[in-house]
Amino acid sequence: MIFLELFWTFFKIGLFTFGGGYAMIPLIQQEVLSKSWIEEGMLYNFIGISEATPGPIAINMATFVGSTVGKMGGSALLGSIVATLGVVLPSFVIIIIIAALLKNFSKSKAVKNVLGGIKPVVIGLILGAGALLVYSNLFQEKFDYVSLIMMIAIAACAFVYKKITKKDLSPIIMILISSGFGMIVYSVF
Amino acid sequence: MKKLLSLFITFFKIGLFTFGGGYAMISLIESETVSKKGWLNADELLEIVAVAESTPGPIAINCATYVGYKRAGVLGSFFATLGVVLPSFLIIFAISFFIDEFLKIELVASAFKGIQAAVVVLILRAGLKMLKKAKKNFVSIVLLVFALGVTITFNLIGIKISSIYLILVGGVVGFFYYTYSKDQKEKQDTLPKQNDNCDKVEAVIDNDELNAQSKEESL
Repeated sequence: MIFLELFWTFFKIGLFTFGGGYAMIPLIQQEVLSKSWIEEGMLYNFIGISEATPGPIAINMATFVGSTVGKMGGSALLGSIVATLGVVLPSFVIIIIIAALLKNFSKSKAVKNVLGGIKPVVIGLILGAGALLVYSNLFQEKFDYVSLIMMIAIAACAFVYKKITKKDLSPIIMILISSGFGMIVYSVF
Repeated sequence: MKKLLSLFITFFKIGLFTFGGGYAMISLIESETVSKKGWLNADELLEIVAVAESTPGPIAINCATYVGYKRAGVLGSFFATLGVVLPSFLIIFAISFFIDEFLKIELVASAFKGIQAAVVVLILRAGLKMLKKAKKNFVSIVLLVFALGVTITFNLIGIKISSIYLILVGGVVGFFYYTYSKDQKEKQDTLPKQNDNCDKVEAVIDNDELNAQSKEESL
């Protein structure tokens, strides 16, 4: 029952993501890749598109993966609905309970203490996901110099922009620049 | 009924015009629900952001559900959340039908290879930014290194372990450490908490500044 599995997977992801969209990426990576639902390259294409389209990354990714996996199971629409519903439901229920019953939830010591432990783990997971992604980009059959240069070039753009304007280079602009780089570089090599 | 429709439309707009995830959304939520509609005051928004940050799930969904509930109960939550989800859902669902065909075009495939490099940079940047803001005491550093180390080594040697367990370990360690080490380090403990609050206020102020800037730019 692929649809039930989709729902359950994204329910778990929704339930254990603390700290916004990027915190979700390591979880999605693990769950989706270990089930071989989607190829690694395609997953990163999805992340790129999710960054460049409006809306929370989590919803975009759930809809994407749901549609792709649902297609294999017979209905892309049903797949994307159950995955999106799965990722939204934990938040929805938890927030209603808090809004209705727990007025001082975010001021509670216990909550702060638990989050004090979760936050550094999440940061470690995100950095780990990034590092593994660098590794898998660079060490294909042989060392991928082009990819290395590309990552350095984009990081340099973001760094210089930040130094000059004191603002973060927006993800959309980064994606546009990198797609331009990609078109030029990979058409030449 | 009018209330529900207005919640739906407002959050639909918020979902449609936010790029790049949760925090970008907070400034838009602020301008729509606080400045324009007067549904909330600044303190309430701050409280909502604090709750959204301390509960699991996408921040946008948490905010929508909370504001919806405060305005019109469970039905309000439902319509606000539906509103914020729907634009993403429709856009991505449409794209998911074309993407395979689209990627067969060589130029597009090359563009996406480039985009994959940007995704790496974005993920690392997000991690580093969180790292810069994070509390840096002994137990946080140990937990961070532990999570990072386990993720990388287990992946490289091919053992699958769900990050969910690591998050649970973090929660349990955090609970016991911060609850029971309080007596000896009460002072150190209260300081970062005040900082936490300041950070949140600053975050909202930052967003206000961003707003002002973007308005200036659009002028």
